Amino acid sequence: MQHGEAAKLGTDHAQKKKQKLGVWLFWVYTIVYAIFVAIGVTNYEMMGKIVMGSQNLAVVFGFGLIVFAIILGIVYNQICTGYENKLNKEEDKK
Amino acid sequence: MIYEASTIAVVLFFVFVAIVLGLSFYFAAKTKSSSGYFAAGGTIHWAVNGIAFAGDYLSAASFLGICGMIAFKGYDGFLYSIGYLAGWIVALFLVAEPLKRLGKFTFADALDAKFNSKGIQLAAAISTLVVSLFYLIPQMVGAGALVTPLLGFPHWVGVMIVGAIVIFIVATAGMTSTTYVQFIKGGLLIIFSTILTFYIMNNGLSLKPDHDDQTYHEYITLSDDNMQGFTIVGEIDKDEMHFVKAEKDGVFRWFLQEGDIYKEALSITDTESGDRLYNGKPKEDRAFYQVGHLAKIVIDGKEVTETGPLGPMKYLSTIGQSEIVSFPEVKFEDGGNNVKCYIQKTVPGAKVLMPGLKFKIGEGADFWSRLNFISLMLALFLGTASLPHILIRYYTVPSQRAARKSTIVAIAAIGFFYVLTLFMGLGASVNGVLDVESSNMSGPLLAKAFGVGLFAIISAIAFATVLGTVSGLIVASSGAIAHDFIDRYLGKNLTDKAKVRAGKIAAFCVGIVAIVLGIIFKGMNVSFLVGWAFAVAASANLPAILMVLFWKKTTAKGVAWSIIVGAVLALGIILTGPTNCAKFYGMETAIQPLDNPAIISFTAALITLVIVSLVSQKDNATKIDIK
Repeated sequence: MQHGEAAKLGTDHAQKKKQKLGVWLFWVYTIVYAIFVAIGVTNYEMMGKIVMGSQNLAVVFGFGLIVFAIILGIVYNQICTGYENKLNKEEDKK
Repeated sequence: MIYEASTIAVVLFFVFVAIVLGLSFYFAAKTKSSSGYFAAGGTIHWAVNGIAFAGDYLSAASFLGICGMIAFKGYDGFLYSIGYLAGWIVALFLVAEPLKRLGKFTFADALDAKFNSKGIQLAAAISTLVVSLFYLIPQMVGAGALVTPLLGFPHWVGVMIVGAIVIFIVATAGMTSTTYVQFIKGGLLIIFSTILTFYIMNNGLSLKPDHDDQTYHEYITLSDDNMQGFTIVGEIDKDEMHFVKAEKDGVFRWFLQEGDIYKEALSITDTESGDRLYNGKPKEDRAFYQVGHLAKIVIDGKEVTETGPLGPMKYLSTIGQSEIVSFPEVKFEDGGNNVKCYIQKTVPGAKVLMPGLKFKIGEGADFWSRLNFISLMLALFLGTASLPHILIRYYTVPSQRAARKSTIVAIAAIGFFYVLTLFMGLGASVNGVLDVESSNMSGPLLAKAFGVGLFAIISAIAFATVLGTVSGLIVASSGAIAHDFIDRYLGKNLTDKAKVRAGKIAAFCVGIVAIVLGIIFKGMNVSFLVGWAFAVAASANLPAILMVLFWKKTTAKGVAWSIIVGAVLALGIILTGPTNCAKFYGMETAIQPLDNPAIISFTAALITLVIVSLVSQKDNATKIDIK
């Protein structure tokens, strides 16, 4: 049995470009996250070093990962919306 | 801990529950179709859905569990905040839009969209049920923990109340009411957590954390020269520590000997005759105390007794230079009595603000403890995008763009809240509010120190948090049973009305199971339990989701086997790990040393999918091409 969606979706001509961008940004964040975990298990003492405004690396890196996720999300949305506006409009004109 | 109910807290609690039930009645009248019941008809606005995502996600684990773990174990609790938030990156960049494109009601729809395979339908339905049940356990445990101080009821009554209300909500209105409950509650949780953080900053740090109607206990220190009327009547050695039992006025207390001084410890004694004594007295005598204070405050290199109001960064740096007194548990036998002692242990603030108090990755670490840590961080990162109750929320919005935007709103709201958890957790650890019997109540008890009104509101929101999350999980489970299993796998081709009825019956049954599990797992940190749910979800679901979306050679058999291998391995490792061996089988040495399975179970599921897909390529002749 094959079926449709809860809401009807139109054709999205920007889909491939968005997917490619998503994969690329995913790897960027994954590498930064992996560095955080790697420091924890290989050079634990480094986490306690004061690095910025009397905060240690653990605090700065931890907050940084949260803020970085939000920034990447906003950038991704801006670029994707641009792709959609451009490509879907162009295809509709054809 | 000994609690008594407050009238304002009880009134506010019932007002909240009444609002939640009112919303359910309202939307129940509007929900007639299965699309309305399981996916809110795909009509929810992306901004509402984004905050509802936050409401779903900021469950008991986040507010109760993370704050509690930070309060007791410092930065290690904050690792959960970092990992939970990072998981949204996988959801946003890889899963959100493609899943919206492929699915209808459940994530099994998306997995099966290209295959129409009975194997996938069954495996995905079972996986959804298992993951939802694992996620339901901590929510129910959190509900029990909340109701105890709020209403003065025992833990099991709290679990029963939540179970009954949620079964009612889900059995009446489904996803629409769940969405609006989550929206309201998610928004309120973030607003009031911000207010609580403001109180913490404004209060600053003090060596004597007294609050308006709450005086902090003065801990006694005895010495051989000054026993203050106590007489030593017994001694016990445990874990290289020396405990003495002292008697005064017919009451027996425990002290930790350090050199020639004796530091007061809190104790809970379960006697041979079945009585429970708190600091040597019955519960009614209220001789047990909340804990958590600073031994030394250093600000800008100077030692002080209190700081006055502090900014957020100054608050963290001051704690980093100061010393915190924590109260770890030590268990031993005294004659036929079982004794739990909570001893004063001074920890440098610098250690509290870095990993290592719970997860052994620095001093005393070995290969397995490091692997355990990596495995946990992997599960948190990969788990979010494979949680059934999160995935079904993508079907409540009208378009792929709305799915993406709602995910970004969720990331911003959740990220902001997770930053606050560090301040709320640390605030609880130094404000004399901790309940040594349950870390889960640290956040609400901190609010109580700043006023019963704030405590009542925060607790009611936290309770609504549990209600909303449990509702979402039960909708996901009932969808797996009614839609994936009965309708699709068994091929019953239910009418729309019959499908909704089957979903409601399934919701009732899952609710009952959740109540039983919530009672069994009493006392465990809810965030720790959620870590397991993430591990099972990441192992069973994510390899299948990612490969269906990104690898053209994926076959139906590969997907089904990957789900089975991931779920079985993750469950097997959890059930034979150190925590379960100690808690349920009474074993001092675990069957195997890993508590967190993702690094093994996720990898094995991925490899299984690739191998099975490669050897079953001929099956893909019937694959449906979806652009």
